[in-house]
Amino acid sequence: MGIDFDKALGLHPEALKLRAERTKILASNIANESTPGYQARDIDFASTLASVVNDEGGAGLALDTDALYRVPNQPSQDGNTVELGVEQAAFSQNASDFQTSLTFLNMKLKGLAKAISGQ
Amino acid sequence: MTFRQITQIAGSAMTAQTVRLNTVASNLANAQSAAGTEAEAYRARKPVFASVFEGGSADGTVAGARVQVLDVVQSDEPVRRAHEPDHPLADADGTVYYPNVNPVAEMTDMMSASRAFETNVEVMGRVKQMQQSLLRLGEG
Repeated sequence: MGIDFDKALGLHPEALKLRAERTKILASNIANESTPGYQARDIDFASTLASVVNDEGGAGLALDTDALYRVPNQPSQDGNTVELGVEQAAFSQNASDFQTSLTFLNMKLKGLAKAISGQ
Repeated sequence: MTFRQITQIAGSAMTAQTVRLNTVASNLANAQSAAGTEAEAYRARKPVFASVFEGGSADGTVAGARVQVLDVVQSDEPVRRAHEPDHPLADADGTVYYPNVNPVAEMTDMMSASRAFETNVEVMGRVKQMQQSLLRLGEG
């Protein structure tokens, strides 16, 4: 009897990967805070994760089409839609969620290790 | 790998903001440099930023956007003329030409640039933490 790691770990590895990708998008937004015409982007995390999890054996993350454009609260004159407060809050929350997914994954792995060593 | 790209993105923003700070310093330093002719007068310099998208659909990831400094352009606002016949650089009419630097605008630009730089330093620090905790996955 073997352990199916994909089943045992659940959706946490996918969530972790998605969190890392989202970090990149948010870091890009923050980096381009003063670039004229730059349009801030983000992904709808819940729906993207759902599509990745349901898409068994698909060609990995096909995220590019799912990166949406942020609607700014206060549009600026030069067409830049980055609002630093919004992006910093999203980045911070995303980093915390990354750690949370990591913690879940760690707990799952510990559970598996215990099962394997027969404790 | 995502984390390396994030570090590059934050790094490119830090470089761009450094260029911006550099032009601000240059503008403020030369704010009072008089010249004898209009052509010789110092003109305020401004960097032009552009975003560069990298990665994306081909490698199954989302595209990140670096910041690139396209060029540093000179301001075409008119230079300030002053009638100072006693000035050693004054021309035949007693006119000297002062740079078109606006010190108040430069100061706010400086604050904005340094704040943006700090923000990207924070991003880098946070990403480093995330990477290190990922490396500790499965330990103890």
